[in-house]
Amino acid sequence: MGCIENLKYEMLLPLGASFKECREYVEKNFSEVWYVDPGYKLFDEYIIGLPPIALGLDGGKIVFPYTKPCHGTYLLRIEDTDEADRVRKTARKKK
Amino acid sequence: MTEPTETPGKVPENALLLLGCPEAPAQQAIALYMAHQFRTHGSDLLITGNPSVLNLLRVSDTEKHYIGDMKVLEKCIEEIVEKRRAADLCIVCAHNDAAIAYAATMRHLLPQSRLVVIIFGKDPEPLAASIDFPCEKIVEKAVHNPMQLKAKVNEVFGWAASRT
Repeated sequence: MGCIENLKYEMLLPLGASFKECREYVEKNFSEVWYVDPGYKLFDEYIIGLPPIALGLDGGKIVFPYTKPCHGTYLLRIEDTDEADRVRKTARKKK
Repeated sequence: MTEPTETPGKVPENALLLLGCPEAPAQQAIALYMAHQFRTHGSDLLITGNPSVLNLLRVSDTEKHYIGDMKVLEKCIEEIVEKRRAADLCIVCAHNDAAIAYAATMRHLLPQSRLVVIIFGKDPEPLAASIDFPCEKIVEKAVHNPMQLKAKVNEVFGWAASRT
């Protein structure tokens, strides 16, 4: 996976969650939701998924789906204030 | 299977084959078969996938009689996002939800390309039904035996049926 695996992350939804389940979880459980398209760069990786891809923000923490071919999609949470601010400037906010 | 959007026999100049998890053996066989067919018909084919799936192909076709260029998935996606790579045709092999997410990503990143998603495995129908973006679908219950999958691939790409 590159650099995301090397970051300190929490796994909110484990292996086996579908991509749509991850989106629903973010939309249901986070008050600040932003949307991006596939290919959006987050933590120096290109995000995979069905557009729109929902990202949850909680202060400096970012919740996002992370997809690998053999493992499915994980919903991860990583704290990075600078990256969270960049999402707020470049993504589309849920209305 | 949805209606093909282009003439089946039309030869793409650049084709991209995105492979999913190599858990189902039929994928490896159909990948080598398609690589052979695209090469025979004069298309440049790039195969992309995770390191395991690419290594399976490298070992299976040591002298590269069938496969050509290969690239790790993350690098391939990076090149497409950065507009350094395009494809007339993109084929995605999918037998799990993750591969459908990759297919959706390809649909978004290559909006003008013909996209064919090959959905296979033990229970491909629900997976095929989950696709809600424009593409052609090849759906076949295939895990170990690729023969029916091969027949459908032949039909979609206009390749002559082989008895072998």
